[in-house]
Amino acid sequence: MKYSYYPGCTLRTKAKKLDDYMRASARVLGIELEEIENWQCCGGVYPLSSDEIATKLSSVRALNEAKEKGQDLVTLCSACHHVIKRVNDDMQNVEDIRTRANNYLKFDEPYKGETKVLHFLEILRDEIGFDKLKEKVVNPLTGKKIGAYYGCLLLRPSEILAFDNPENPTIIEEFIRALGAEAVIYPYRNECCGGYISLKAKDLSENMCNNIVNSADGFGAEMLITACPLCQYNVTKNSEKELPVIYFTEILAEALGVKEEVDAQ
Amino acid sequence: MHGIGVFVCHCGSNIAATVDVKKVVEMARLEPGVVHAEDYQYMCSEAGQEKIAAAIREKNLKGIVVCSCSPRMHEATFRKCAEKAGINPYMVEIANIREQCSWIHKDIAEGTEKAVILTRAAIAKVNLNTSLVPGESLVTKRALVIGGGIAGIQTALDIADAGYEVDIVEKTPSIGGKMAQLDKTFPTLDCSACILTPKMVDAAAHEKITLYTYSEIEKVSGFVGDFTVEIRKKARYVNMDKCTGCGVCMEKCPSKKALSEFNAGLNTRPAIYTPFAQAIPNVPVIDPTQCTKLKTGKCGLCERFCQAGAIDYTQQDEIVTQKYGAIVVATGFDVIKLDNYDEYAYSQSKDVITSLELERIMNAAGPTKGHLERMSDGKHPKNIVFIQCVGSRCNDSKGKPYCSKICCMYTAKHAMLIRDKYPDVNVTVFYIDVRTPGKNFDEFYRRAVEEYGVNYVKGQVGKVTPEPDGSLTVHGVDLLENKQLKVSADMVVLAAAIEPNPAVRKIATMLTASIDTNNFLTEAHPKLRPVESPTAGVFLSGVCQGPKDIPETVSQAGAAAIKVVGLLAKDKLLTNPCTAKPDELRCNGCSVCANVCPYGAISYEDKLVNDHGVRETRRVAVVNSALCQGCGACTVACPSGVMDLQGFSNRQIIAEVDAICR
Repeated sequence: MKYSYYPGCTLRTKAKKLDDYMRASARVLGIELEEIENWQCCGGVYPLSSDEIATKLSSVRALNEAKEKGQDLVTLCSACHHVIKRVNDDMQNVEDIRTRANNYLKFDEPYKGETKVLHFLEILRDEIGFDKLKEKVVNPLTGKKIGAYYGCLLLRPSEILAFDNPENPTIIEEFIRALGAEAVIYPYRNECCGGYISLKAKDLSENMCNNIVNSADGFGAEMLITACPLCQYNVTKNSEKELPVIYFTEILAEALGVKEEVDAQ
Repeated sequence: MHGIGVFVCHCGSNIAATVDVKKVVEMARLEPGVVHAEDYQYMCSEAGQEKIAAAIREKNLKGIVVCSCSPRMHEATFRKCAEKAGINPYMVEIANIREQCSWIHKDIAEGTEKAVILTRAAIAKVNLNTSLVPGESLVTKRALVIGGGIAGIQTALDIADAGYEVDIVEKTPSIGGKMAQLDKTFPTLDCSACILTPKMVDAAAHEKITLYTYSEIEKVSGFVGDFTVEIRKKARYVNMDKCTGCGVCMEKCPSKKALSEFNAGLNTRPAIYTPFAQAIPNVPVIDPTQCTKLKTGKCGLCERFCQAGAIDYTQQDEIVTQKYGAIVVATGFDVIKLDNYDEYAYSQSKDVITSLELERIMNAAGPTKGHLERMSDGKHPKNIVFIQCVGSRCNDSKGKPYCSKICCMYTAKHAMLIRDKYPDVNVTVFYIDVRTPGKNFDEFYRRAVEEYGVNYVKGQVGKVTPEPDGSLTVHGVDLLENKQLKVSADMVVLAAAIEPNPAVRKIATMLTASIDTNNFLTEAHPKLRPVESPTAGVFLSGVCQGPKDIPETVSQAGAAAIKVVGLLAKDKLLTNPCTAKPDELRCNGCSVCANVCPYGAISYEDKLVNDHGVRETRRVAVVNSALCQGCGACTVACPSGVMDLQGFSNRQIIAEVDAICR
């Protein structure tokens, strides 16, 4: 299993652990990742203006490189996944954007959205299989009560992201159970943390994050896991209760027995 | 053919606004065979028809072309007119210059050009028309009603009271349908069972009505006046003649895990069961998916306790074949599945229920004996939120685009009944619009608001979140105050959309009756023939045609019945003479036509033919004109081009195409 891999900027800085734990776990699981050469920032937010292509070009470059290698493109950060998957959808379906992006980038062959974009969780679910993952666990997280925090970027818009049922998702819960822990279901797991609004109107984000954390805590979660650096930041900083919020790759590395080696680096 | 008349209708401004009718008349006069052409404002009116009749008589016309609306609208009108004036009705052709021309064009030049071309094609066809004479077929004086809910029961009673035999085929073990599940009915709040069960008894006792419960339609063949239907009577495993309905078997049955269909899945029922205590017939059925005896061969308790010896584990499905003159579809509705609405937490919380489930909770014979209780913990709720339009009036693929029509009224009913019986309970209703047209309907809704203090909030709900303390939070919006709203509730009731019973697709296919994109059966005309299917001899009753409440359903059931009675009162029907006809001299008996015929109308005979003096016996196709529906499949399939559809012969079609391309 060899994939192209797009880490994204946050995974080089604040969310380095998200990346490190994943790479160590991928080695155990036999997932081979080939990092895109000279990848650039995805922009962090999917640009909604439909007459501007500049903000979409870095995604198209990464997508095209994966296409040229004949590989699927794997992402890890929710925001990068969201942006790249939606840009790819534009390249498949929006003729104007496709034409202008190709005119500008002048690839040997025009890019038309051929690359398949996968989130690392989708690799675990669809390529490895949660039953097989369970077999690889050496350090089961028995007794831990973990709440999945999806946020919005992985789930919506559901017809494009096609990740899971946006109102009642199950993929991260299945992941938690595969590692031997108990998945705590709480209704705010697919609600927004406020995203970048936390820079401008912190109280709004605080309100949203308190809803999330209080609900998860009320249903008995001891910690939350997420795939999104921004969610991790907001839910940690903008809530009153001190419920740990960590990356899903950390518990994956722990269950596969490679966490310590990463921490020691 | 010499002696063709052309009559161009203005249809008020419907045609004349986008088609230059004078130009069409002028161009028609130039066509070969045309001896008369004129236009008139309303050709279908009495004065218009008189013009046609006068021209036929005075100019001795042999065939006519009427350039007007779709033949579905007025072909019959103009055929009758021609017949009265003395020519064969099949010498009339319609050029549809309204639906397929004036209505879809905006530019007069374009519209006129197309109208001229369509007229030219019709003239070319009528040139080759021949006189046709309809045959006759007998009418079987018996009706079939598919579905035993209030629609089917009322239709059957009305037909039977007129003196005709009726069979009701109902797929569940009892007649009664959805109305039997309801507690009270709006706007009078009379008890549903009290007004329905006497009708059920009447239907069962009526000497002209035969009930086939726990039965399904297997196959339909034939045509109006002469349908042949195979009915599958599913094995009940209980002998209907011996069973006394004592109910001991249901008490003794150890397998009690199946969810009760009648109680909307809120509690369980035994493997041997009647859906409800007032079931008709009061004879249980054994559910083979639940019965231990049928699955493993062990148990047999019901047989041991049955005093009447009515249990029969060896019973098999039975096929009954019956002939009918008319068929009424009354297959009713179901509540949609809420899989696409996880934001309302229906699958996550037992206290989020549908309105039909609340109906069972409120009913004295229901799972809580009529006490308002939460399904999760049996506690009395203090705050109830109703959410309207769940899956109705939905533009995306999640729900249905239509209004389910009954929800506003039953929600007002539920809200009022709860406030009346339990004044301590706060009731909030989230709505998009409140739609309560109908006699005493709006007054009813206003009573809920003004006298019973139900809190109506204009706005939709985005999400329902179960809370750790067991309550529910309803996240909505109040559009009138323009603010977001969080309402704490102990119970949330969803007014889920209704959809046609899923079985209707299969039944419609068997009947060749058309259905729309929402699986509702289509009427022959949405305003003027609302209880008839476009398929002759098939009639519509109740929600299978579109959402409606009980009074409307009963009205439509009566209307369908009178249409059936009108048909059954005739001894003979005229058959459509536009049937297939082979040229025996050229037919080589290859069987291709018989293989494509959907109606089984083609067979083969060894016939003595005289082919240019050579007399020999040949195998040739023979069409049974009573069975042939004139679909034309055989005319296309025939490799030698020998099969012709009378009135639409290959020569006529080619002449039309030539005229269009000229």
